[in-house]
Amino acid sequence: MIYADNAATTKMSSRAIETMVSLMKETFGNPSSLYTIGQRAKEVLEQARKDVAEVIGADPREILFTSGGSEADNQAIISAAKIGEKKGKKHIISSAFEHHAVLHTLEKLKKEGYEITLLDVHEDGLVRPEELEAAIREDTCLVTIMYANNEIGTIQPIREIGAICRKHGVLFHTDAVQAIAHVPVNVVDDNIDLLSSSAHKFHGPKGVGFLYAKKGVLLSNLIEGGAQERGKRAGTENVPGIAAMAAALKEAAEHLEENSEKLKKRRDQLIAGLREIPHSALNGDETRRLPGNVNFCFEGIEGESLLLLLDDKGISASSGSACTSGSLDPSHVLLAIGRVHDVAHGSLRLSLGEDVTEEQIHEIIQSVKEVVEYLRSFSPIWRDLMAGKKPFIL
Amino acid sequence: MALYSEKVMDHFRNPRNVGVIENADGVGEVGNAKCGDIMKMYLKIDDDVISDVKFETFGCGSAIASSSMATELIKGKPVSEAMQLTNKAVAEALDGLPDYKMHCSVLAEEAIRSALDDYYKKKAENEIRDLHDR
Repeated sequence: MIYADNAATTKMSSRAIETMVSLMKETFGNPSSLYTIGQRAKEVLEQARKDVAEVIGADPREILFTSGGSEADNQAIISAAKIGEKKGKKHIISSAFEHHAVLHTLEKLKKEGYEITLLDVHEDGLVRPEELEAAIREDTCLVTIMYANNEIGTIQPIREIGAICRKHGVLFHTDAVQAIAHVPVNVVDDNIDLLSSSAHKFHGPKGVGFLYAKKGVLLSNLIEGGAQERGKRAGTENVPGIAAMAAALKEAAEHLEENSEKLKKRRDQLIAGLREIPHSALNGDETRRLPGNVNFCFEGIEGESLLLLLDDKGISASSGSACTSGSLDPSHVLLAIGRVHDVAHGSLRLSLGEDVTEEQIHEIIQSVKEVVEYLRSFSPIWRDLMAGKKPFIL
Repeated sequence: MALYSEKVMDHFRNPRNVGVIENADGVGEVGNAKCGDIMKMYLKIDDDVISDVKFETFGCGSAIASSSMATELIKGKPVSEAMQLTNKAVAEALDGLPDYKMHCSVLAEEAIRSALDDYYKKKAENEIRDLHDR
């Protein structure tokens, strides 16, 4: 089996599993309790906070543990919106291809009277810093741009965006769910005020993540209750999950450079192989993309049938076709980079894991070639394209 | 639970009656690329009986399975019976489809209807031509 959907979720690392199991067995205390076993859990929690902070160049007091990336996105955006509202600033800038955790939160704020500007991400899937600067107004309270896109993997010019925001005194949030542990991220160097992350994208457990909020950025609660997380996120802390996340993050950070180099090589082999399929196109910039991300459109076929047949060959992947999203429209990300519906339905995302071998890359290429050719063999669209009745788009 | 029934997967993996009929007596195409589903049906009809049927489909697993099952349900049947084929019958023969995939069975019904309409149209044109020739 080849698991090539690491952007959806990853397999937990042995170190993360061991950390989690041993804590569940032995350190079950509530970190808010004053007796020894509670205080031991508290120590584990605070050590995890230090470890996470260190990886991204933050102070431990700037790390808030959450249930995952979506919660962190929601809390970051709503907090910044409330800070803005107090100053009479109700304009927010984002991009057209953010994760729905960001886009749907912005939709909600729009209904509450905020004005939202979504920046174009162009054909290469990259925000232009000069367009961002031009969009900043007197009443802009927040810029939220993802670090790396979850579907096409393009890495945004975060440092430049952060510098522009700082220059104009606007808060900057980044959804770094796909980036953390895969590319070097430093909140100080990158001028980031708020950052969201999720453990299961870097071999940690599901249901846990963190929000970085720069000192001085006042957070609003999404969950009211006890005084956990400096009073900003109530509920007994998921100590085993949080510690396992910290273990996975430390492990990934230690090997980031070597993993990245290896993955880029495999990724580029895969891109070169899939390019041999006629009337196909890579989605997103070729080099400014996550080390493990490959995303293609194949003309004349539909993504769900492609995924099902790849699954039969033991390959797990994903697609932005409407049929896989349960809606009538294909992925908003592919539409945002200008892919028309006809070809956006025929998309394939392969997100590689660090353990992928060269043989597996060849196996993926061979399987995708066979399946695309097979599906095209009885596609009426492909017949029309080949007969010259319709012009090829790709 | 699996995404699809065993029967859907069987018809998706091994679709029946795939291909083209040259000089078909009736051809119908429905759906559009924008929505991600296109079905094309080819009919060979002898003495008002569907002697052969082939299909081509661009679409998801359930679209391919629905096309395949629809061709099985009408092959060898009189045209009058084929006209009565419903999307429900296609879905039931596949042991059900997820709710949001029911439109695939509707498309299969429409594709067959469209091919039969084409057959009747061609038949009427031929009869008129025969009258003129006489």
